[in-house]
Amino acid sequence: MKAEDTLQFGLRALTGFRTRTWLMLLAMSIGVGSVVVLSSLGDGARRYVTGEFAELGTHLLIVLPGRSETTGGHPPLMGEVPRDLTLQDAQALLRSSAIKQVAPIVVGSAPVSVEQLEREIMILGATPELYPIRHLELSRGKFLPAGDVEQGAAVAVLGGKVKRELFGNRRALGEWIRIGDRRFRVIGILKDKGQSLGTDISDVAIIPVATAQALFDQPSLFRILVQAKGPDAAVPAEQAIIDIIRKRHDGEDDVTVITQDAVLATFDGIFRALTLTVVGIAAISLGVAGILIMNVMLVAVSQRTPEIGLLKALGAPQKQILHLFLMEAALLSLLGAALGVAVSFFGVWALGRAFPDFPFEIPLWAVGASVGVALATGLLFGVLPARKAARLDPVEALSRR
Amino acid sequence: MIQLQGIERIFHVGSEDVHALRAVDLKLDAGEYISIMGPSGSGKSTLLNILGLLDHPDRGDYLLDEINTTSLSDDQRAEVRRHKIGFVFQSFHLVPRLSAAENVELPLTLAGIEPEERKPRVEQALASVDLSDRAHHRPDQLSGGERQRVAIARATIMRPALLLADEPTGNLDKHSGSEVINTLETLNREGITLLVVTHDPEIGTRARRRIRMVDGAIEKDESHPD
Repeated sequence: MKAEDTLQFGLRALTGFRTRTWLMLLAMSIGVGSVVVLSSLGDGARRYVTGEFAELGTHLLIVLPGRSETTGGHPPLMGEVPRDLTLQDAQALLRSSAIKQVAPIVVGSAPVSVEQLEREIMILGATPELYPIRHLELSRGKFLPAGDVEQGAAVAVLGGKVKRELFGNRRALGEWIRIGDRRFRVIGILKDKGQSLGTDISDVAIIPVATAQALFDQPSLFRILVQAKGPDAAVPAEQAIIDIIRKRHDGEDDVTVITQDAVLATFDGIFRALTLTVVGIAAISLGVAGILIMNVMLVAVSQRTPEIGLLKALGAPQKQILHLFLMEAALLSLLGAALGVAVSFFGVWALGRAFPDFPFEIPLWAVGASVGVALATGLLFGVLPARKAARLDPVEALSRR
Repeated sequence: MIQLQGIERIFHVGSEDVHALRAVDLKLDAGEYISIMGPSGSGKSTLLNILGLLDHPDRGDYLLDEINTTSLSDDQRAEVRRHKIGFVFQSFHLVPRLSAAENVELPLTLAGIEPEERKPRVEQALASVDLSDRAHHRPDQLSGGERQRVAIARATIMRPALLLADEPTGNLDKHSGSEVINTLETLNREGITLLVVTHDPEIGTRARRRIRMVDGAIEKDESHPD
C-alpha cells in the first residue's frame, strides 16, 4: 500500500467519524495549547523580571550595611551590631580601579508641601552619580549639581507624579517647596519610567545626600550603588568593596554586597525552573490526551472489527493494518497539535494586546517540544490498539456485528 | 486447482471439543460452479473459511495451485488471498464511509497499485455489475442488491481464480437475490471458479456440482452437467 493511500485512508476514517475526531482534536489541542501558552507566560515573566533588574543599571553592585548572608549553623551568641555605612566609605570605594562610580543613597519619608498642599513622600538622598547609574531621565530642568558631596545644597528633583500632585499643571521648575522643616528649590523633573521593582521612581523627591542626612539627622547610608567598570569587573569590584570596607571597619566584614549579575542569574534560573514546572504540569494534559487517543482508537478497533476482517480477507497483511491504525492515531495527534498551536498563537496574541507591558512571546522550543510530545504520545498510545487490530482473527472479525 | 486432504477443524467450546470438519477430502477444478448446502452447524462456513485461507485446519493438507498452504505464514496467506481469492459475504461488508467506487478500489489500493491504473479498472468492474451510475454513492444510499453487486465488483477486481460466496443472497429479497446470482453465474461462465454456500435449495440446485454437508463431513457430492 502506498504511503499517500495510507494517509488518505486515515483521513477518510477521521472524516467518517466526525464527532469523535473533533473531540479528540479538542483534547489534543488543549494539551498542546496549554503547554505553549504557559511556556510563553513563564518565559514572559522571566524576561519581565530580568528586564526590570537590568533596568536598575548595568554592572551594578549594591552595598548594604550589615551581614545578611545565611551561612547555616547557629546565630552568633554575641549580637553583632553592624557599623554604619558612611559617605566616607562610599568615597573610599572609588579607590578601586574596578569601580567606575558610586552612588550613596539615604532613604526616608517626609512631608512635602507647596503652599497649603502637603503630602508624605519618599525622599531619596543621592549624588549626581545616581543619574547615570540608575538610567534616570529628566523631562525638564537638570539633575543634582556636582560639587562637594558633603556640602548639601537645598535643591530637589521631583518625580513626575509628585510634581503633578503638588503643582498640577503649573510650572514647578524654580519654585520653592518645603520638605520637613527646610526649604528646597525645584531644579528638575524626572521622566516617568513606570514601576521598577516596586519603587515608583515618579513618586519620589531626590535631594543631595548630605542634605538628606541632615534632614533625617542620620549619618548612615541606606545603601551604596556601585557601578563596575565592565562586565568582567563585577567580581574584582565585589572583592574590592569587601576589602576596602573591612579595612575601614577595623577588620569586620559587616557589609553585604549584592551583584546585579548574580541576582539576574538567580532570577533567570528561578523563572526558568518555574516555567519548566508549569509546562511540566501542562504536559500532563498531553499525556491525558495520549491516553484519550488510545481510548478512542480502542473503540475504533472494536467498532470497525468487521472492517478489519474485510481488509484481512482482501489480503492486507498485519503490518498494513498496523500502519493504517497508527496513521489514524498520528493524524489525530498531529492535527490536534496543529490546532493547539494555532489556538495558542491566537491566545498569546490576544494576551499581548490585553497586557502590552508584558513581554509575551512564544518560545519556539515550546512549540517544537509540544508538537513532538503530542505525536510521540499519539503513536505510543496508538500502538496498542493498532496491534490489537492487526492481530484480530479474520473469521471472528468478519462475523462480528 | 484445489485439493483438500483429510482436513480437520476442531473448535474448543468450553471444555468440549467440537469437530466442525472431519476428514474432509475435496477436489475442485478450475471453472467449476459448486454449491455447498447443509443444515446450520454442518461445517459449510468453516469449510469456506478454510478454502479462503481465513482459517487454518488443525489437520490435513490444502493445496491451492500446487502450493501447500498449510505451511504458509499469516502474511503469505494474505498474499495468496489478495491475488487468488475473492469473497462475497452475506452482510456485504462494504466500508460505510467510502463510496461504491472507493470500496471497489480498496483491494487495488491495498495492493499498492498506481492510481492511474486503478481508475479504469474500477470503472470497468462497476460497469460489469451494471452500477456505473452509482459509483459515487455511499453504501447507505444503495439498495441491498446494489450493495452486494458492489461487493462482487470488489471481490473480482483483482481477477482472482476462486470466488467464495457465503450466503450471498441471505440478506436480499427474491428479486435482487436472483440478480446477484445471475451476476455471479456470468462471472463463472467467464471462467472464475465459483463456490456458493447457501441454505436456499433453489439457489443451491442451480450449481452444476452440489455438495451436501452434515456434521462436518461431506455427505453427498453430485455433479449435474447441463
